[in-house]
Amino acid sequence: MANEIQYKYHPDNLVLSEPNKYKEDELKSTEMVLNLGPQHPSTHGVLRLEVLTEGEVIKEIIPHLGYLHRCFEKHAEALPYNQIIPFVDRMDYLAAMNSEHAYAMGVEKMLGITNKIPRRVEYIRVLVAELNRLASHFVAIGTYAMDIGAFTPFFWMIRDREHILRLLEWASGARMLYNYIWIGGLFYDLPVGFEERCAQFVEYLRPKLRELDEVVINNKIFVERTANVGILSRDMAINYGVTGPMLRASGLRFDLRKVDGYSVYPELDYSITIGEGMMGAVGDCWDRNYVRVLEIHESLKIIEQCLKQLTTDHKRSRDFDPQEIVPKKIRPRAGDFYVRAENPKGELGFFFRADGRGDIPFRCKARACSFVNLSVLNEVSKGSLIADLVAILGSIDIVLGEVDR
Amino acid sequence: MDVDKIIILLKNELGDSESIKVAENSSPEALIVSPAILKRVCEILYRNENCYFDMLSCVTGLDNGAEANTMEVIYNLYSIPFDKSLMLKVVLDRAQAEVDSLVDIWRTADWHEREAYDLYGIRFIGHPDLRRILLPADWEGYPLRKDYKHQEYYRGIKVEY
Repeated sequence: MANEIQYKYHPDNLVLSEPNKYKEDELKSTEMVLNLGPQHPSTHGVLRLEVLTEGEVIKEIIPHLGYLHRCFEKHAEALPYNQIIPFVDRMDYLAAMNSEHAYAMGVEKMLGITNKIPRRVEYIRVLVAELNRLASHFVAIGTYAMDIGAFTPFFWMIRDREHILRLLEWASGARMLYNYIWIGGLFYDLPVGFEERCAQFVEYLRPKLRELDEVVINNKIFVERTANVGILSRDMAINYGVTGPMLRASGLRFDLRKVDGYSVYPELDYSITIGEGMMGAVGDCWDRNYVRVLEIHESLKIIEQCLKQLTTDHKRSRDFDPQEIVPKKIRPRAGDFYVRAENPKGELGFFFRADGRGDIPFRCKARACSFVNLSVLNEVSKGSLIADLVAILGSIDIVLGEVDR
Repeated sequence: MDVDKIIILLKNELGDSESIKVAENSSPEALIVSPAILKRVCEILYRNENCYFDMLSCVTGLDNGAEANTMEVIYNLYSIPFDKSLMLKVVLDRAQAEVDSLVDIWRTADWHEREAYDLYGIRFIGHPDLRRILLPADWEGYPLRKDYKHQEYYRGIKVEY
């Protein structure tokens, strides 16, 4: 029969390939296992959380990952270095420029051409990376507000992000997955008129950020929902390898842009913002979002300075070739390299082993910031209420493409 | 603290001069440590106030293939107060790839080690919860090994596409 239903229902079918850690009949009478995801919208993708609860209190969270595993590292072992860039884009698809920048810097370091990159290329890279950082933080704050019940900020943030995506589409041809930063250079120079449009965008955005402060960050409902929720202490954050805005919200002034001083960041004037517990304790959900908002302001400063450089000292010229030192054949010497950079979500690291024989890496591992930041979830939310779980998870700001790679 | 000083420190503490070597062609600088003393070395590096490697950035598994018959685990340590990076490498026998877990020192090692176990089959002794993390629990084989051959069918679904 053609229309016969083939599927036979069994409650275990859903967890056959990824069984729960806790069995129903082993639980105490007061305990319960609550399954969240992988299709729950507040998990921001495909993340399954097995939550062991006692009454309304969370006893343990066991995240089940891998629903979006696309074998990045296996693919990377079969592709030349320059062809891995599109795969890197698809890891953190909300901040593809930043990931590309980190990856390209890593390969350049292996080739020893870090100091030969033209200044204009470096400034364009930082410009587009900071634009993408804005876009990533917009999504983080917008979806976070939506997770905890405020709908308007999401639309406002996505509206402003759209301007950035259009700018980047103009530069690279793609909205989200750019393949714009190449090893040793760029795909293209910026399109004519980009600098002016970008400056207009900065002008446009400043008042919008004041609105953001009013409607989200200083909103009484938002503050009461997020302050003193999900407190992550500084020592715990370091021990769990947490980086990025999460670590800074816990009170440590640590940013790889300053610490490592890669690209042209040492020449730019900006500051590192940390959480100070203005509304509650240091390292709570409110602090994490506040740090992101402050970082948006700092990124705007960087963008303005880059635009100034790109229109004065390193302005557009006829003989500028963004692919001038893009190597024809990428063959790094044998060795092990670990390179890291500050992504919107934390430290993105790449480990390479080159065998010195070809243009394909022997091993390429991505140290994904979302993956590491997510591992602290159990520790942060232990003992809090189920109602706070979504608030805590949202404030970590994960991208499942990067968690699962 | 330079790598030379770190080696002297480790040798003084351990009273052992054979099992720590400097690895060449590595950035950041790397030490090759024998698996038996890895945990002890990491404890010293973590606690000693002159190096204080408080962050474990990355744990990488690596397979050198059937010919070399070795696997490696590579640890990237970072000291926030001293702004110093260090790489530790452990070479394991491919047939019996086992090394001590570092979860007691850095909790972040938990997921990193599960990932290395998942993709390479390296066992971490003393890990509290060594399960597969990215692949389904009933997947066969370890995909990032150089001699990996995927199964033909997974739950009635053809794997080859």
